[in-house]
Amino acid sequence: MHVPDGFFDAPTSVAAGGVALVGVAACLRGARRELDERTAPLAGLVAAFVFAVQMLNFPVGAGTSGHLMGGALAAVLIGPYAGAMAVSVVLLVQALLFADGGLSALGINVILMALITTVVGYGVFRLVMGVLPKRVSSVPLAAGIGAFVSVPVAAIAFVGFYAIGGTADISLAAVATAMIGVHLLIGVGEGIITALTVGSVLAVRPDLVYGARDLLPKQQLELRPTSTREPTS
Amino acid sequence: MTTDSATIDTGRSRRTKLFLLGGLFVALALAGIGSYYASNSPDGLTRVSEDHGFASSQTPHHTGDAPLAGYQTKDVHNSRLSGGVAGVIGVGVTFAIAGGAALLIRRRARSADDARDGSDSDDSGDAAEVEASRS
Repeated sequence: MHVPDGFFDAPTSVAAGGVALVGVAACLRGARRELDERTAPLAGLVAAFVFAVQMLNFPVGAGTSGHLMGGALAAVLIGPYAGAMAVSVVLLVQALLFADGGLSALGINVILMALITTVVGYGVFRLVMGVLPKRVSSVPLAAGIGAFVSVPVAAIAFVGFYAIGGTADISLAAVATAMIGVHLLIGVGEGIITALTVGSVLAVRPDLVYGARDLLPKQQLELRPTSTREPTS
Repeated sequence: MTTDSATIDTGRSRRTKLFLLGGLFVALALAGIGSYYASNSPDGLTRVSEDHGFASSQTPHHTGDAPLAGYQTKDVHNSRLSGGVAGVIGVGVTFAIAGGAALLIRRRARSADDARDGSDSDDSGDAAEVEASRS
């Protein structure tokens, strides 16, 4: 869904750039609490993996393809803030080095594919985890559902942006229908890839999956002694 | 959450390094080799923009002449190699930037915690020491 240059007028592109900048800054702050020295390199790995899988376009229907966006995947693996940061890095590298996604559209692309997909993907993941049994084995399914939902929502957001500042005169309703339709299919791929990837990491190193950290038995559940938390008295 | 750092032991951190290496290997293989087999059809947005008459509003990319533009390496004519090299470079650069940013964030957060909290911290660094001395 990389938006090229020219789809949006200058005011919309600049405003989106500002919003994206604020969003990424918030992610950098929030990521402090999600990463420690041991897991920080994982943010690099997740970004590299998302970059790689984004190259793997899969066919959806005749003459159309789609690829992973990766926001939900990154959020479940390393946390929503760090995840949005990782996908933002992917988009930056793609726009600068690979001419994929316009430079003027970088803000819009960050909002659509890094911020919205992590917020929606992780939010739905949490909701689904609230319904499913509290087991590690529930995590891949919940992650996959979150990933599935995040893609059409990003497509709707694109149409919303287009209503504000699109450069061509189009039928918004027709474009919305087409965008949602094709991105429901792409979302299925997103969900499958996300569930398989999260499941694979859980099989090897469940302790490294952010979205499963409350579910692990033994020492991970040990509470901090309250004595370290009573500065008042 | 951050008390996790207290549970580090050398065996675990070695296994984390192995996991990182394994994951990078998978990413490099997917981008370097697997990408050749990806679908070349336009993606969802491109297709919709073509079908609904706004594809033509696209303007040329500012870095369209870059050596790796379009995931092809300039002057490498074997298409398998050209795409593979571009993918491998992309994985490396992305890993370096995102990993470096994450390390910087952690380091700054840690030094900020230490400066702010002094002796009775309940956060990361000091909490790790408390837990370590407790066990």
